[in-house]
Amino acid sequence: MSATAKQAEAPAAAGATEVMTYREALRMALREELARDERVFLMGEEVGTFEGAYKVSAGLLDEFGPDRVRDTPIAEEGFVGAGVGAAMLGERPVVEIMTINFLLVAMDQVINHAAKIGAMFGGQVRCPLVIRTPNGAGNQLTAQHSQSFDGWFAGTPGLKVLAPATPADAKGLLKAAIRDDDPVLVIENLPIYKEKGPVPLDPEHVVPIGLAAVAREGSDLTVVSHSYATVRALHVAEQLAGEGVSVEVVDLRSLRPLDMETVAASVSKTGRAVCVEEGWPSYGVTAELAARIQKACFDDLDAPIERVGMAEVPLPYAKNLELAAMPNEERLAGAIRATLGLAA
Amino acid sequence: MSAAVSAPPPATDAIDAAMRRELYERMVLIRVFETEAERQYKAARIGGYCHLSSGQEAATVGAVHALQTDDVLVTGYRSHGFALARGVPPEAVMAELFGRADGCAHGRGGSMHLLDVGRGYYGGWGIVAGQLPVATGLALALVRQGRPQAVLCELGDGAVNMGAWHESLNLAALWKLPIVYLVINNEYGMGTPVGRASAEPELYRRAASYRMHGERVDGDDLDAAIEASARLLRAAREQRQPAVLELMTYRYRGHSVADAGLAYRTKEEIAEHLARDPLVRVRTQLRGDGVTDEQLDAIDATAEQRIAAAVSFATESPEPRVDQLAAGMHAAGSAEQFARMRPGSAYGEEPLTFDAGLGA
Repeated sequence: MSATAKQAEAPAAAGATEVMTYREALRMALREELARDERVFLMGEEVGTFEGAYKVSAGLLDEFGPDRVRDTPIAEEGFVGAGVGAAMLGERPVVEIMTINFLLVAMDQVINHAAKIGAMFGGQVRCPLVIRTPNGAGNQLTAQHSQSFDGWFAGTPGLKVLAPATPADAKGLLKAAIRDDDPVLVIENLPIYKEKGPVPLDPEHVVPIGLAAVAREGSDLTVVSHSYATVRALHVAEQLAGEGVSVEVVDLRSLRPLDMETVAASVSKTGRAVCVEEGWPSYGVTAELAARIQKACFDDLDAPIERVGMAEVPLPYAKNLELAAMPNEERLAGAIRATLGLAA
Repeated sequence: MSAAVSAPPPATDAIDAAMRRELYERMVLIRVFETEAERQYKAARIGGYCHLSSGQEAATVGAVHALQTDDVLVTGYRSHGFALARGVPPEAVMAELFGRADGCAHGRGGSMHLLDVGRGYYGGWGIVAGQLPVATGLALALVRQGRPQAVLCELGDGAVNMGAWHESLNLAALWKLPIVYLVINNEYGMGTPVGRASAEPELYRRAASYRMHGERVDGDDLDAAIEASARLLRAAREQRQPAVLELMTYRYRGHSVADAGLAYRTKEEIAEHLARDPLVRVRTQLRGDGVTDEQLDAIDATAEQRIAAAVSFATESPEPRVDQLAAGMHAAGSAEQFARMRPGSAYGEEPLTFDAGLGA
């Protein structure tokens, strides 16, 4: 371990925070966990010399060397599976998939292998694997590179799926994932990497898995969101506050396990819910939320549950079409107004 | 049967008469087990898929014999023989096939997902070639942990046409991982002969694409299977040289019990292979070692008794408890993480308990 790594481990002043980007917060989590536990190693395309396609792992190769920060060929099925196998022998691999679109070619390893190990082998072997990958759209990357499959994974027993919305949670949840004994998918997001916020410097800042957060308190309506949709929801809530509408934002943080207790408490209080996600809503995270909310809050609902997501088309290239298809702030605000019976 | 590379076997890998007899006992145990498994399947005491390996005993026992205690074994789904060869008690394997609590996977895995972590057997896996990336990662872990061991990864001849084969071999060669990919070539992937599935029907030659050593050996010759397996595993352990070992063999039964195995091959072809049965070959060798027919018959009788005992054990083993439906799925401590998932559940399910101890 290098001298700088040791310094990074020095306990920060209690409660000290520093404003940084989501990307930097992830890097801090990786760096601290690499320094804390020899079993932790990073693996993925361009994570080393190139410093990550989105620069999350910048500087880590120099600090920890090529065994701990391992470049792979373009072979997602191969190296995700290698992560599964290494985890089965007690290593703590953190596999980066450049974007969630490329995780499709490794689906067999994620769904049919990693997620099955605990139950299928009767609890005799565990798979403490972390896969981290960004989803999202908005940079004219077009149909094959602009998707969000959060619901596919969150609907799979055996996996845990986290989707932090703030830099502080990015650090705390990634660390929780690395320390967890089960396979965990950490879903990041392309536009969110540059978002800034205060991040606790404490290397023991670990956010518990399975706890949602009330990101903003309000009384008229609840927006349930995760990842970048939470960033959008907070902007919209601020904007609507100026119109006298009080929006509560529940940030899920964890999709599986899902904190329905916090969601239900909020919706029971406000009586109205709008669920938003970056992906297609059909059969998605918002579909699951709507089903659970109607059961948990049936007597408290004053309006049908509304959902906002990506328009159900393969995302087009043209900027105006892309913008129109995305769950943008205008569409979210419109859904909130409609649910409140306000003029659009 | 042509060996691509044939070096004289080091004396240490040759087996003596006592060891040959012991390995023969294991081969007979597997044959009797598989015969009984088919009978129990047809009596509806075993469900799901049930892939038998009768005919492949020399390849199976020979390769596993070359493993050291701390080496790691991974297989596909035709796994009964490998589990038994590795020393998993037939009682635990039969109970698993019966779906009982005392099965080696506590009734969660069945025929395709046998394992025994204590014996370094990290699973039978059910998706063709899916075990290759996993096995490659196990080998990476051995390197990272500085353990001087190797992984033996079994696959069928059908698996070499999957992308996972290519990605795994490339990674293993690139990273110099201690792993031997053991291709059990029984001539058919389900009902498709190798020549109709692989553009290069000499499968070991494909290793050359990765500058990896590959060779083909008569897998029905116990000594040859042991020699090649031991040599390649040693190179993996000592020099981190991955390799492909193709053992040529034949399965007498269909792809699974549900397949009569006659739609794609003739009775004459099967009879031809039966005439060269690996058990008969070892029996002949043992006679040469001075083992009498009475002693050989006694070995058969002992195996029959042991498998009958395994059936009794499996029959008497309790069914898994329904209140342990989710046991083992998640690590200890996960119940707390999932505690808030229930409100509004569309399913009205009882809370799933992950932590219920199933035992090791």
